[in-house]
Amino acid sequence: MLYVCLVHFDDKQVFSRLSETEKRELDIASTGYDRELAASGNLIRAQALQAPESAVLVRVRDGKISATDGPFLETKEQLGGFILIEARDLNDAIRIAGGIPLARHGTIEVRPIYQVPQHENAAS
Amino acid sequence: MSRRVDIEAVWRTESRRVLATLIRLLRDFDRAEEALNDAFLAAAEQWPRDGMPANPRAWLVSAGRFKAIDKLRRKARFDVVAAELALEEEAQMPPETEAIADDQLRLIFVCCHPEVPADARIAMTLRETCGLMTEEIAAAFLAKPTAIAQRIVRAKNRIRELQLPYEVPEPQDLAERLDAVLRTIYLIFNEGYAASHGASLLRADLCAEAIRLGRLLVALLPNPDAEVEGLLALMLLQHSRRDARTDAAGDLVLIADQDRRLWDRAEIAEGVALVNRLLARPELTAYGIEAAIAAQHAIAASPDATNWGEIVKLYDLLLRADASPIVMLNRAVAIAMRDGPEAGLSEMEAIRQRGALAEFRYLHAARADLLRRLGRTQEAREAYAAALALTHQAAEQRFLEGRLREL
Repeated sequence: MLYVCLVHFDDKQVFSRLSETEKRELDIASTGYDRELAASGNLIRAQALQAPESAVLVRVRDGKISATDGPFLETKEQLGGFILIEARDLNDAIRIAGGIPLARHGTIEVRPIYQVPQHENAAS
Repeated sequence: MSRRVDIEAVWRTESRRVLATLIRLLRDFDRAEEALNDAFLAAAEQWPRDGMPANPRAWLVSAGRFKAIDKLRRKARFDVVAAELALEEEAQMPPETEAIADDQLRLIFVCCHPEVPADARIAMTLRETCGLMTEEIAAAFLAKPTAIAQRIVRAKNRIRELQLPYEVPEPQDLAERLDAVLRTIYLIFNEGYAASHGASLLRADLCAEAIRLGRLLVALLPNPDAEVEGLLALMLLQHSRRDARTDAAGDLVLIADQDRRLWDRAEIAEGVALVNRLLARPELTAYGIEAAIAAQHAIAASPDATNWGEIVKLYDLLLRADASPIVMLNRAVAIAMRDGPEAGLSEMEAIRQRGALAEFRYLHAARADLLRRLGRTQEAREAYAAALALTHQAAEQRFLEGRLREL
């Protein structure tokens, strides 16, 4: 089963509170955990994101494309990265999410992947 | 030399046993689950190349344990607790093979520990000892996966916080602890049994899992236990009727109207043999008596051939072990079959006068049936309506509506 672990945290709070050494350790632990998940066969893809201010919001309305400044939601904890995993079931995914080093500072949202039904092409 | 290795098959037969042992060795559910995954990953890599080891289970246990120690050692660079655990693990003796058989029992007893919340015991047992996925358990209990997942997380936290011992209870505690285990297994069975036919196609076969757990307990407990054998017999005998309980439309068929050729003869034989062994003992236990009643139904060639006298006697015995209104109601139904509807009805009036079971749909339905047979149509109609108002299950509603129409 596929799940995505969405890593939410308050980057300003986390990075102002941690010392340089602690930040470095968090980075090492995070990449270390990605490697561990790769070795255990659970990892599909892990990616950290740039700061929320770097986001661009894209919409198409009446055939016109618009691009505005992000982030999408003005919340304290922002999406900071994601890990797409293969896990046995939801509790296995929760166990894996609990091992993500940033779970100690923020919140990991575990979402099962939705399999979009394959529809027959309507145009015949 | 290359050998085909079916890792999936090994997972099905060995993963629960290996997990049970890893939980003992690593003293943590999550660490054990991680180690189990790593062990099977290593097996998938090495076995096709080197061939299957002589003892796959022992290989998987030691591979999982080695991987867990290795991870702790690497974490130890950042983490004092991990460093201590790694040292402890290395100092531990390698697993003795004798203890491994007991690990599955230890796992069942900790999943059904009285300190684990009752609603979590079922989920823990099905996931950890039967290997069902969280999503499958949720589908079987018509619950949301997130709700089941949280129950499991909380239960594991509780086991960790209270440091619940991973052991088979001492003889003086065994009866009480076993009672919690048997209750859990029977709840799993009843959930599967009560599932309406149509919905059950999508639901994991809870009855089969419960029977498997019952067999496991019978095989693993050091001394044959009458309650465990009684429960296993009861489940086998009830399960033997599963194909006859509903018709093609998914509607309920009462035991008197069932096509007995559809009953599973192998399960009946196994259940009846267990009952005969239990009857040879000086004392019958509650599950044993219920199994003996089910056996009376199972061995009757036709509804008319049912030995209702023997069934009433068994209910008398059961009342002494369990004086609940539900047992009284079942006894009243048996008395009606032995002595006629009038006699059964007066037993039911006694239950009603005690104020018991007013909200229990089967009391109203059973009363309605006797009133119908006595030709007291208006009273029967009222009783069917009362039963119908208390029923939420579609198949039961159709059955009661059918009876009402026939009046």
